[in-house]
Amino acid sequence: MTDVTADLDINDSEQLRYIAAQAADARVNVELETEGMTLNIGPQHPATHGTLRIVARLDGELVISAEPIMGYMHRGYEKLTEVRTYPQVTTLINRIDWVGSFANEVPFILAAEELMEVEAPPRAQYIRTALFEMGRIANIMLFLGDMAVQLGGVTAIFYAFRDREFVLNQIESATGGRFHPNFNRIGGVKDDLPAGWIAETKSSMQKVRDFCDEMEDLVVGNEIFQSRCRGVGVIPAEKALEYGLSGANLRGSGVDWDLRRDEDSPLAWKDLDWKVWTHPDGDSFSRYWVRLQETREATYMVEQLLDGLPSGPIMAKVPRIIKVPAGESYVQTENPLGAMGYYVVSKGELTPFRVKIRTASFSNMSISPWLLEGVYVPDIATILASLYFILGDIDR
Amino acid sequence: MLASLAFTSPYWLDTVVKIVIGLVAVLLPTGALVYLFLFKMMSFMQSRLGPMETGPHGQLQLLAEFGKFLQKEDIFPSKADRFVFAAAPFVVLVSTFMLVLVLPGGPDTHFVDLNTGIYFAMAVSSISVIGILMAGWGSASKYSLLGGIRAAGQLIAYELPLVLSVVGVVIMAGTLNMKGIVAAQADFGVWFIIPQFIGFLIFLVAIQAELTQPPFDMPVAESELVTGYLTEYSGIRFLLFFIGEFATAAVFSAIGATLFLGGWTIPFVDANAEIMDYIGPLVLAAKMVFIAFLIFWFRITYPRFREDQLQRLAWKFMIPLSLLNIVVTAIFKVAF
Amino acid sequence: MPQLPGMLVGLGVTAKTFFKTVFPDGPTGPPSPSKGAHTIQYPHVKEAPPDRARGVIALHHDNCTACMLCARECPDWCIYIEGHKELAPPRRAGGKPRKKNKLDRFDIDFALCMYCGICVEVCPFDALFWSPEFEFSEMKIADMLHDKERLADWMHTVPEYPAYEAGSEVKVKKLPSPSS
Repeated sequence: MTDVTADLDINDSEQLRYIAAQAADARVNVELETEGMTLNIGPQHPATHGTLRIVARLDGELVISAEPIMGYMHRGYEKLTEVRTYPQVTTLINRIDWVGSFANEVPFILAAEELMEVEAPPRAQYIRTALFEMGRIANIMLFLGDMAVQLGGVTAIFYAFRDREFVLNQIESATGGRFHPNFNRIGGVKDDLPAGWIAETKSSMQKVRDFCDEMEDLVVGNEIFQSRCRGVGVIPAEKALEYGLSGANLRGSGVDWDLRRDEDSPLAWKDLDWKVWTHPDGDSFSRYWVRLQETREATYMVEQLLDGLPSGPIMAKVPRIIKVPAGESYVQTENPLGAMGYYVVSKGELTPFRVKIRTASFSNMSISPWLLEGVYVPDIATILASLYFILGDIDR
Repeated sequence: MLASLAFTSPYWLDTVVKIVIGLVAVLLPTGALVYLFLFKMMSFMQSRLGPMETGPHGQLQLLAEFGKFLQKEDIFPSKADRFVFAAAPFVVLVSTFMLVLVLPGGPDTHFVDLNTGIYFAMAVSSISVIGILMAGWGSASKYSLLGGIRAAGQLIAYELPLVLSVVGVVIMAGTLNMKGIVAAQADFGVWFIIPQFIGFLIFLVAIQAELTQPPFDMPVAESELVTGYLTEYSGIRFLLFFIGEFATAAVFSAIGATLFLGGWTIPFVDANAEIMDYIGPLVLAAKMVFIAFLIFWFRITYPRFREDQLQRLAWKFMIPLSLLNIVVTAIFKVAF
Repeated sequence: MPQLPGMLVGLGVTAKTFFKTVFPDGPTGPPSPSKGAHTIQYPHVKEAPPDRARGVIALHHDNCTACMLCARECPDWCIYIEGHKELAPPRRAGGKPRKKNKLDRFDIDFALCMYCGICVEVCPFDALFWSPEFEFSEMKIADMLHDKERLADWMHTVPEYPAYEAGSEVKVKKLPSPSS
């Protein structure tokens, strides 16, 4: 064996680790046809939500083992944040979970506010929470249509896109961007809401509720959908906690866990009257059902927020040039995909020293090798669709 | 009158005319179905408009697509078996064009008056399975192979309910001849869909599976296998498969209309009137559009079955049900 | 009433959407799918984006002092500014000549621009504005670099700032009067 690490200045254990990593890569890339057929699903594929590659070893239609290979969309976010100022980072991180729009900015800004010991005024917190929930609605509506289309029912996704337009138009009239609002600032939000926005948003929330009813009729009640999803991809509650799942994947397994209620966040969730939806089954159907109920709940939350919007300023007193004092802080929030957290380390300069982004989809995908063992090939699509990941969230 | 015409003209002219009419009879309904249901009805059911730019309301879209497919590069996968790969679309098309031969359009309009009409039709429709298997195997790709194998299993499984549901109609009509079946419905007074309702439903589900349309489109399961056995086909070869799929839908709908909806007869009009020779094909076309509407409505609304659920439905539910249908029909036919 | 099997309810949903699309005015009205469908047939019909939509950036020359803040804060570094110092006549007779920054070149490369709005926000002199125009695609990438004159042209399309919702304490900003 040639010593590939001969000219590198590292000690023995590092050498062994390096060689082991190379060998592991080789194992995955080599198609050993000793047992069954190796099928590469992706990275270019209509089913995977982006450039995800799954190497599945099949025995006829049965999956013997499946391994997801992530990283085809790695954009180097954490390195980028080291050389960008705080407003620039806010712009960039919109694009991590590109469907969840506003929700990406919130944990980062909250972490920076914690370090600066600034608190945004109540009106700004209400606006933030309203936009956060609208981002959640837009994201989960896409999921509701998308899971049906993964299973073959092509109509549902058109309804999803049609009714999402109302929510996205509202986000655009307030912030200027449909998917990348770039609206959160350290100390508050960028601008106030234009006149007439509250009434229009409330009517769009009603349209979202109509959409949820339609999905219940078209998809959830459909016997074919139920027979494809019930009992498929069952995740017991302890396994879900072991693998670090979060969000609706946990709640679909019966675990009563929601960061909006459990974590002490300055955003306005504690002022609202809402409930956490769980389902005991833990299969793909329960994850779909939980997300459907969550969307409806989110519309009620947005209406409550807009009804109780306090008057006041939208920005606290912060200096023009933001220099966050030295320190470190970690804030995680209940994003549409799960728990997203930012660990911000600052050395008192214009740019953060290090930002570690904990994304929900990355941890959610970790259960897929265990989950995809012993299922049929069509169930791969069902299970991956029900886990719901966005590639930007996995790869950053 | 048309029958006398057939006797006076020479055989070769007769054959040429029939071939031309046969091509038109298959391709025109195909185009109409593609436009009406795939482009427009599917779009309206999804709150969108579909093609609008090519021609008024997108009516020339199929022509535009035809031109587009013609000018594409003819791609052969390098490991593909060239003959098998190239011949597969034609095998599928052959079975469709042969199916149309037994359709009666009026008391005297037909291509061939076979005494074993419907039996011939069922036998010939099985040829398309070979074409699909050829496509799946000859593409030298794992996706295509999986799609082809799934298709073979599905199509063979659903042929039995298809044939058995037709047997109920044959028992009631007393003949395998397609014209005889239409005449029997005229004599019976009411179309066979009423007494053979269960048979009609089984027939509809079986056609849905034979056409690999959702909810039975595992072979072409887009979200897992890209396009299954069609993955490696591009350009004009893909167009042939596409035409084959919709032509088969049109022809099967027409067969269903003949068997269950009275074919070319209109109620309250004498079945042997000469006017029916000319109006008959139009009536048949209208009924075909109705059954195709049902097929596409199911296609647009439902997600797809998994392969094992599909097979379970065919073998454990539909075949016993169709056998029961035959037994009940036979009892009624003998007793009354 | 017994509940219909889910499959039939699903058929009902698609049928209902079909009828709503084809007969948007109810069963008595004329069939008009172009009106009933949610498709907007661009470019025959154009839907105006909201006023705050981040379409393109407009530059008001008179306010710009070439302070370079926008070029520095841009995450993509897509703003190219060149200026020189000029001596302007003194305000009062007998005073010193004032040094003024004169803008030579102000280009924004919209092929690079992230449309984030940081430049508009940090400008201390309110020289940059958002306009909801979005139809400026070009055949050549080089044409996506908008120079000073083109950026000034966009000012015509900048909408007035709307009033805020009730309870707001933010003052509504005013657009500058058109430059000479």
